[in-house]
Amino acid sequence: MIATLGLAALWLAAALALLQLLGGALALRAKGNPLVAALRPVAMIQGMLASLAMICLIVLFCQTDLSVALVATNSHSAKPLLYKFAGSWGNHEGSMLLWVAVMAAAGGVVAWVERRLPERTILATLGAQAFVSLGFYAFLLFASNPFTRLDPAAPEGQGLNPLLQDPGLAFHPPTLYIGYVGLSVAFSFAVGALLTREVSPTFARAMRPWVLGAWIFLTLGILFGSYWAYYELGWGGWWFWDPVENASLMPWLAATALLHSVSVLAARNALRAWTVMLGVVAFSMSMVGTFLVRSGILVSVHAFAVDPTRGQFILALLAINIGAALAVFGLRAASVTEGERFTLTSREGALVFNNVMLTGALGIVLIGTLYPLIAETVGARVSVGPPYFNPATAIFVLPMLVVMAIGPLLRWRRDSMKRISPLLLVPALLALCGLAFGISRGIGVLPLLGVALASGLVVASVTPLWGRKLRTVKLPLWGMVTAHLGVALALGGMASDSAFTKEKLVAARPGDTIAVGPWSLTFTKVKPIAGSNWTAIEATLEAGYDGGKPITLKPQARAFWSPPQGTNESALATRWNGQLYAVLGEQAEDGRWQLRLWWKPFVTLIWLGGMLVALGGLLALFGRVASDLRRLIAVDKIAYRRRRQGP
Amino acid sequence: MSEQKPAVPSRWALWLPLVLFGAFVALVLYGLQRPAERDVRSAMIGKPLPQFSLRAATDDRPGLSFADMADGKPKLLNIFASWCIPCAVEAPQLAQLRAQGIDVVGVAIRDKPDDLKAFLLRHGNPFSRIGADDVSAIQFAVGSSGVPESFVIDGKGTIRYQHIGEIRADQVEMIVKKVREAGQ
Repeated sequence: MIATLGLAALWLAAALALLQLLGGALALRAKGNPLVAALRPVAMIQGMLASLAMICLIVLFCQTDLSVALVATNSHSAKPLLYKFAGSWGNHEGSMLLWVAVMAAAGGVVAWVERRLPERTILATLGAQAFVSLGFYAFLLFASNPFTRLDPAAPEGQGLNPLLQDPGLAFHPPTLYIGYVGLSVAFSFAVGALLTREVSPTFARAMRPWVLGAWIFLTLGILFGSYWAYYELGWGGWWFWDPVENASLMPWLAATALLHSVSVLAARNALRAWTVMLGVVAFSMSMVGTFLVRSGILVSVHAFAVDPTRGQFILALLAINIGAALAVFGLRAASVTEGERFTLTSREGALVFNNVMLTGALGIVLIGTLYPLIAETVGARVSVGPPYFNPATAIFVLPMLVVMAIGPLLRWRRDSMKRISPLLLVPALLALCGLAFGISRGIGVLPLLGVALASGLVVASVTPLWGRKLRTVKLPLWGMVTAHLGVALALGGMASDSAFTKEKLVAARPGDTIAVGPWSLTFTKVKPIAGSNWTAIEATLEAGYDGGKPITLKPQARAFWSPPQGTNESALATRWNGQLYAVLGEQAEDGRWQLRLWWKPFVTLIWLGGMLVALGGLLALFGRVASDLRRLIAVDKIAYRRRRQGP
Repeated sequence: MSEQKPAVPSRWALWLPLVLFGAFVALVLYGLQRPAERDVRSAMIGKPLPQFSLRAATDDRPGLSFADMADGKPKLLNIFASWCIPCAVEAPQLAQLRAQGIDVVGVAIRDKPDDLKAFLLRHGNPFSRIGADDVSAIQFAVGSSGVPESFVIDGKGTIRYQHIGEIRADQVEMIVKKVREAGQ
């Protein structure tokens, strides 16, 4: 019953999307066509129906309706409710339905609230959104129907894989997904504005909340993913330049650039073609990322159920959507003038510089990720690792961070370095102190630059507040300051982790004492323990910081038997100034156990800083949406009064 | 400083993104179509390994030289690195080969001792010898372009078979057969 309802809703939503595309196309030409007039309600109802289909799927999973093939293969009646719930999108079909539902709902919200832009532009935007959705509807309905029935129903589900029962895994993918799909709205706005030649500050203001929202979700998704890899993989690292990680980083880099260029367009009516281009690129990177991950075209440490036919389908969608958008860009961008002028030493100049640097970093990551494929065309199969990515991205990111310190202090249009140089004195001194400190410790070049920059940036990022009455500072400015401070802290964490981490790889017997940095660990015992479908060897370590009261750490080496797989459960002890990280390895032939221990000073700043970046985005979003709403209400009031006074 | 208008890109430049995107699509189409079997006839097959001598890459395994490769027993020479993701994917297959009695020797490319140690701790150490190739010298000498790559070497130090990319689970038997053939 619910499955039938879900499928019906999905078909209806797809039909409405087709109508929405036709209406959007007609809106470019005809006025007064009834279909054009009905476009906004059509988009809203499409959003509701697609959301209803997703809700139906969630209900089916929560009830464990085993007459539905997807539930039977991916769930189990004995699973905890949380994982039944999360299981609804933890598979290919469900994740595609979530994608479509979020996309349709976002289109519905645009149709409902957006009234600043000329009607034609909004209708073209809705048409573009429908164009992109239609491909995904076709994919769902013809190639991966989530509501396929089983007759007779299965006696029990097959999806009781405890490896996947991790709260991080349950919510990390949808967070990223919402970010990816949120960028589709920016994409549609860009296409709509190009088609109707309406690239204006109003367009930028309409697009900005969507970019901000998507960017916040992407930031959070990457943070969760990175912390999960850090504690779960047991390698002591937090970023591996793995294709799956890069797939989420690339849209983030593009969205970060877009976020800043959209502000230039909104405030100064400059960077018009560039902003539109970034709007197209950001969502394109989301689709490219999804394709690279799902098609299995690149080898990754993250196991994904991959299927080459699905890869081809996504590739076809991607080629049509992005190809069409880039063709529209090629045709129309020449008529989009670049807009207002500015000097190099100005807020716009700094933002342009950082946009170029972000795009450069994006190019580096894209080339590095695709390099194995490029090499394969000449018959080689290779892997590009941190030896390439770290220095190559640093070339772009480090200068960008210097300009990030200066840019927010500059005025729009034209300014002089002379005016702001007194404000930069303290940050510059701090950076020099950081440099001197790093040199005295003899650390490598990249960490050294990182430490120096982070020291300067901590102060530089809050300098824009200097001389202002804090109570009158608007939310978007607080957001910028918070996000930039977050970047400074995260950079400090990264530099500190790579420069000052103390590592010990030892073979030890119970009773041995091992020193790592300021910690002294006593290896007290090893014992076997059994879990639901795994057995493990668990070591007990008593760790004392600088002679203080010891903390107990219990790293495990686990062996799962269904599917057979070994994992290392690392053990962490967090202090305000860093983390102790312990991994238990194999037993050597002489009976000693391999232990890998790290003391990582200030590593937690990476995620703390990342959270601040997301919080900054949230503050800016609240500020923008609140002022948009105020304006909307004021406009409604005036319209209402006019109607009452009317003839 | 004078106000400057950003240069307006020429009409052709506006089509550049589409052209680049077309190249991307062509590239991945090629990637999707690639044959599952990816071994190539290397020009080096049938030729002896070059003379070389590599220092030990770890404390607990000896280094690798030409003499070790020509000791009368067939071997699987695996070229790998700790920073290479496919190498991690390949590790269980190397362990299986080892369990089937194949002598696996390794060459670690451009690696740091600590990283290598950690990699072997994490993924197991199937190698009887590991040589450190810090400048990719051997890699180029045997006609290998990337990591991972494996060579079947007979008892006289002659290359019998070259396998590009990671050895997959369904290829283990094939490799065992190749090594056994090389031993006859």
